Amino acid sequence: MYRLLRQIACTGIVTEPPPEPDEALREVRQRLTAAVLRGFRGALVIRHVDAGSCNGCELEIHAANNPVHNLEQLGIRMAASPRHADLLLVTGPVSRHMETALRRTYDAVPDPKLVVALGDCGCTGGIFGEGYASCGRVSSVIPVDVAVPGCPPTPVAILQGILTAIAAR
Amino acid sequence: MNALPGAIPARLAEVDAAGWRATGAAVRARGGRLLSLWAADRRDLGEGHVAFAAFAGAEGLLLLRLPLANRDAPSAPDLSDLFLPAVRLQRACTDLSGVAFEVARDPRPWLRHGAWPAGVHPLRRDFVARQSFAPVPDDYPFVSVAGEGVHEIPVGPVHAGIIEPGHFRFSVLGERVLRLEERLGYKHKGIEKRFETLAAAEAHRLAGRVSGDSTVAVAWAYAMALEAAWGVQLPARALWLRALLLERERIANHLGDLGMLGNDAGLAFGLAQFGRLKECWLQDNARLWCHRYLMDAIVPGGVGVDLATEQHADLHEAVTELEAEVLELRAVYDEHAGLQDRFRGCGQLSPDLALRLGLTGIAARASGQARDLRVDFPVLPWDVLGVRACTQTGGDVAARVALRFDEIAESLRLLRAVLDDLPEGDCRVPLPAPRAGLGLGWVEGWRGEVLVALETGADCRVRRCHPHDPSWQNWPALEHAVIGNIVPDFPLINKSFNLSYAGVDL
Repeated sequence: MYRLLRQIACTGIVTEPPPEPDEALREVRQRLTAAVLRGFRGALVIRHVDAGSCNGCELEIHAANNPVHNLEQLGIRMAASPRHADLLLVTGPVSRHMETALRRTYDAVPDPKLVVALGDCGCTGGIFGEGYASCGRVSSVIPVDVAVPGCPPTPVAILQGILTAIAAR
Repeated sequence: MNALPGAIPARLAEVDAAGWRATGAAVRARGGRLLSLWAADRRDLGEGHVAFAAFAGAEGLLLLRLPLANRDAPSAPDLSDLFLPAVRLQRACTDLSGVAFEVARDPRPWLRHGAWPAGVHPLRRDFVARQSFAPVPDDYPFVSVAGEGVHEIPVGPVHAGIIEPGHFRFSVLGERVLRLEERLGYKHKGIEKRFETLAAAEAHRLAGRVSGDSTVAVAWAYAMALEAAWGVQLPARALWLRALLLERERIANHLGDLGMLGNDAGLAFGLAQFGRLKECWLQDNARLWCHRYLMDAIVPGGVGVDLATEQHADLHEAVTELEAEVLELRAVYDEHAGLQDRFRGCGQLSPDLALRLGLTGIAARASGQARDLRVDFPVLPWDVLGVRACTQTGGDVAARVALRFDEIAESLRLLRAVLDDLPEGDCRVPLPAPRAGLGLGWVEGWRGEVLVALETGADCRVRRCHPHDPSWQNWPALEHAVIGNIVPDFPLINKSFNLSYAGVDL
């Protein structure tokens, strides 16, 4: 226990400041009222759905939660159920085998809801494109508010995408 | 039997149906393993369908080629009674290439859910990739367990965390798992078909996105296959730099896993500490190779980015720092009674069972199987670097944790050796004019052995590419590892294997 406590004390706080929102990422006009946005501040709950990614984006979502990027310091946390979520974070081109699961997850998120599509695949279908097994971009299956490019997008870009989605215009 | 080109020892043999079974049985009798199985449609070349099986034995790779007589309804003999991994590989092959396996034990589809109808086979040459079908009802018959008090817990495909999608069907009695049945294939996005639309010299980018966490391993295996097919000789510096990238990928993933495993056993301290160390490691990757996960750092003909001599000192320092930090954290993990209580005896796979299941990679080495391509077939630069194989015999979560610690130490030693003796010269050579050829790539990635079989066409395109992730071997083993454990330990056991969904769904 001594070693553990010493390690915590020696490490200190390694968190970096969060990035500014980037309006260039916005796909559609903000659909939420200012009142709801005020409600989000301090407690935004995200549900992640991997709809067919290579798992690279998942590595970076994990990294967004690490002590350096520290998503939770912004009052944002990941939920296990879409029914508890305000925002869906969707990765990958949507595989046809995940199309129904993604739609059902979207329907299970209570209104008003936000969707952030993550990565080149989520934005355009990426290197996998569209075909017999892939629906391509996320917006071909559910409405998307903000799309964050990158292969995979860095944790800073992910934070920026989420902050853009919830920032009032 | 012909030797295949390339550095790795590989032979090609053409057999008939009887030879297919007989060779399989002979490989098994000598302690060999089935690595992968796939089919190719060669009707457009005036031939028929061809089934391929890749075996690993003491002499290296053996690639069997079985021409199938029936052009419309090809079939091959079943190998699943000899090699357990053949069950799902054959089911996938039936779905994608339409090759039936005689007396296959499990006739259910594997990669085909509802996206395309039965009887349609995407990897046939006359199948148009850019088409879509009306969804077919997807009613998968899971094996049910009957008896008093037995109930089922269905989980997925969308899981309660930042995880890839897949379905787990638990049959439980109280808290104990009687049986787990996995159903994967949700992420199938047609990668093998996609390969056929790409230029062979550029398809390493797709290979590097088969499973993002193994981008270096798969891209290297792809490049190795292409270089073998086209007869490209790499300068030593390129191979040494590839080894450097592969070991960096291994360390990054092991750091991440050790943090997650601590967290899944209730020690958030582990996640925070290892998360910090991994982040520093990734930031170095981004600084030196322009990508946090080293995607596209390996290109056919060498590596995309050379390492400047002035970077060596920085990298040396980072290695020394990480070594000290990991040593300290290992001591914390080892002496934490609560953590060890969760790890020990959890999700156990005995060495005997691991052998019978054909386990590979870290999971195999944690169950006493001293098997590592870098040790068993030490092609350049592994022969010069002299890799020491790490093994643990416990076969439980504790062993898989300890093995990761061991492997980080060994990889850090290798990184030092690479930095000390990195040969001078070019890090990349130009590729020759495209030509038709067949090549194999075989690389010990962080998770296990990655195989890429590549056939190039006379034009510049990929004719057929089959990337094989070690998770094909290890997913069925996970079903065995959880038997008798309690449901709340499943996330911990699953994480200790950390298998790829994307890599097997293709």
